[in-house]
Amino acid sequence: MSLATSHAAPGRMGWVRSRAVVGLGTLALLVVLAFFAALCLGPVSIPPARVWQVLVEALTGPVSGAGAGLRERVIVLDVRLPRAVLGALVGAGTALAGAIMQGVFRNPLADPGLVGVSPGAALAAVAFIVLGGSLHWALPPVLAAVGLSLAAFVGGLLTTLLIARLAMRDGYTSMATLLFAGLALGAMASAGTGVLVFMASEQQSREFLFWTLGSLGGATWLKTALAAPFVFALLVASPFLARGLDALALGEAQAFHMGIAVERLKRIAIIVVACGVGAAVAACGVIGFLGLVVPHLVRLTLGAGHRLLLPGSALLGTAVLLLADVAARLVAAPAELPLGVVTALIGAPFFLWLLGGRRGILG
Amino acid sequence: MYEMRNVTVERSGRKLLSDVGLALQPGRVTVVVGPNGAGKSTLLKVLAGEMRADAGEVMLDGRPLSGFSPRALAQRRAVLAQHTEVAFAFSVAEVVSLGLSGASAAQTTRRVEELLTAVDLPGFAARRYESLSGGERQRVHLARILAQLRTGGSEAPGFMLLDEPTASLDLAHQLLVLQVARAHVATGGAVLAVLHDLNLAAMSADHLVMMKEGRVLASGPPAEVMTSALLLDAFGVPARVNAVPAGPFVLPQSVGDGVAAG
Repeated sequence: MSLATSHAAPGRMGWVRSRAVVGLGTLALLVVLAFFAALCLGPVSIPPARVWQVLVEALTGPVSGAGAGLRERVIVLDVRLPRAVLGALVGAGTALAGAIMQGVFRNPLADPGLVGVSPGAALAAVAFIVLGGSLHWALPPVLAAVGLSLAAFVGGLLTTLLIARLAMRDGYTSMATLLFAGLALGAMASAGTGVLVFMASEQQSREFLFWTLGSLGGATWLKTALAAPFVFALLVASPFLARGLDALALGEAQAFHMGIAVERLKRIAIIVVACGVGAAVAACGVIGFLGLVVPHLVRLTLGAGHRLLLPGSALLGTAVLLLADVAARLVAAPAELPLGVVTALIGAPFFLWLLGGRRGILG
Repeated sequence: MYEMRNVTVERSGRKLLSDVGLALQPGRVTVVVGPNGAGKSTLLKVLAGEMRADAGEVMLDGRPLSGFSPRALAQRRAVLAQHTEVAFAFSVAEVVSLGLSGASAAQTTRRVEELLTAVDLPGFAARRYESLSGGERQRVHLARILAQLRTGGSEAPGFMLLDEPTASLDLAHQLLVLQVARAHVATGGAVLAVLHDLNLAAMSADHLVMMKEGRVLASGPPAEVMTSALLLDAFGVPARVNAVPAGPFVLPQSVGDGVAAG
């Protein structure tokens, strides 16, 4: 009996390892394809071979062609490339943040928005749009271009830090209090947003509405460069959080028994998530459903262990966001659908379908 | 040596433990018994480092417990909680391997299967944790803490803290848990177990601690502690204790008149 089982077991673990390699490899391939599609597709469709040529030329130096060739060059390098890079950062950051928050809250329905990043960012954004008009003249041009993003980032981060501070007592962060403080502060921020929208002109409220729906439309290298460090911080921190989040799935006391510094884990997770999501929301507004659905999908295929779940979520989030952005550009071309609308339109029914399927399986 | 000296714990004006002393010695199973609310779980939490004592101190290997990092502490002691819920759909192998740190993947597979066999769950590695019964789950966690103690990275055998480890188990597996505890002390480790079944307590303990209202009522060899007078004092139940060859044998004298004055 024991002989038979000990022979069978290595095959199973081998299968788990190969599942990891195959799963993450497939997702990485999907990211490459989605990234390339984001460069090729749009109101002006450019053949993949030409996109490749433009990319190679940009790296090696010699520039060919004028007229139509130059136009394609500008579209690929100055419009679509920064947009795709920013999209990759936002997709990876949002989905990874969702997976980490679900681990910290020990709840598969947790969302990065729970710690108040989005309502805080929205309040700061509308404040900038409505009240910042006069400020615009005082700011240097570089800052004026990204003022809205900076305001949203600072607003999101401050709200999260305030919520985390409220949830802390005697050096211990209560996740239940965090949740309630997040709800209360989120409601207050939304009320403030409502007051400002009420005060706003029609033009301003329209600008704010589009900001809340999310879009990669305004992507520039400057915005991308501003968001990158925060998303990278999240990506770099995530492998160090994996074991702790696995242990935390058994409970806070159990994680401590296994040698995890639980309080430190929670604080680091909240800070890197707030920075990463804050940067993503600041760069392109609120992208719904990505942080909730993507980790869920990865869990169904690669299992619940965070060592695979975290990189898997980052990869799938990137691919999904890039493809959603391609869809947003194509569906109503030459106009663009808001990106948040596309992710919610695809994500929400898909999530319902998953829930229905699961209930079916469970009987 | 793992010990607490004159420990007092007070929460919202109530004394959960008052002036409790206890020493876990290598090679010895210490069993704590007592009625509900006697402070048994609090004692275990203070010993585990999960709860701070308001007065007194807890020492591990001659150093105060507060000086240990969570990781260093985990290398010396493992805790089996009364009840553990796993938030996500982990496999049994994933839960057990949480206790194995730093092993290679091939080693992990082999160790997990060995540990599962030790708790009578051979071939369960690929099963979903959530598909297991309560008793099977508890044994998965027993395998996990065995993993933690065996790969702890310290040369001295560690300390095992078990909070009602037999609560959801059938009779055969209750005995299995106690066999695992005895085997652990046979290799030079030490065990503290909170038990409700007095017969099992008497059978498995080298050192028995009887608690009531946050105090240690009596402690010593089971035959000395498990007396009619002490049982009546602690539990308020008149019981007669017979010394049979294998150890003390406990039988309540009446069910109806269970709550006596005291």
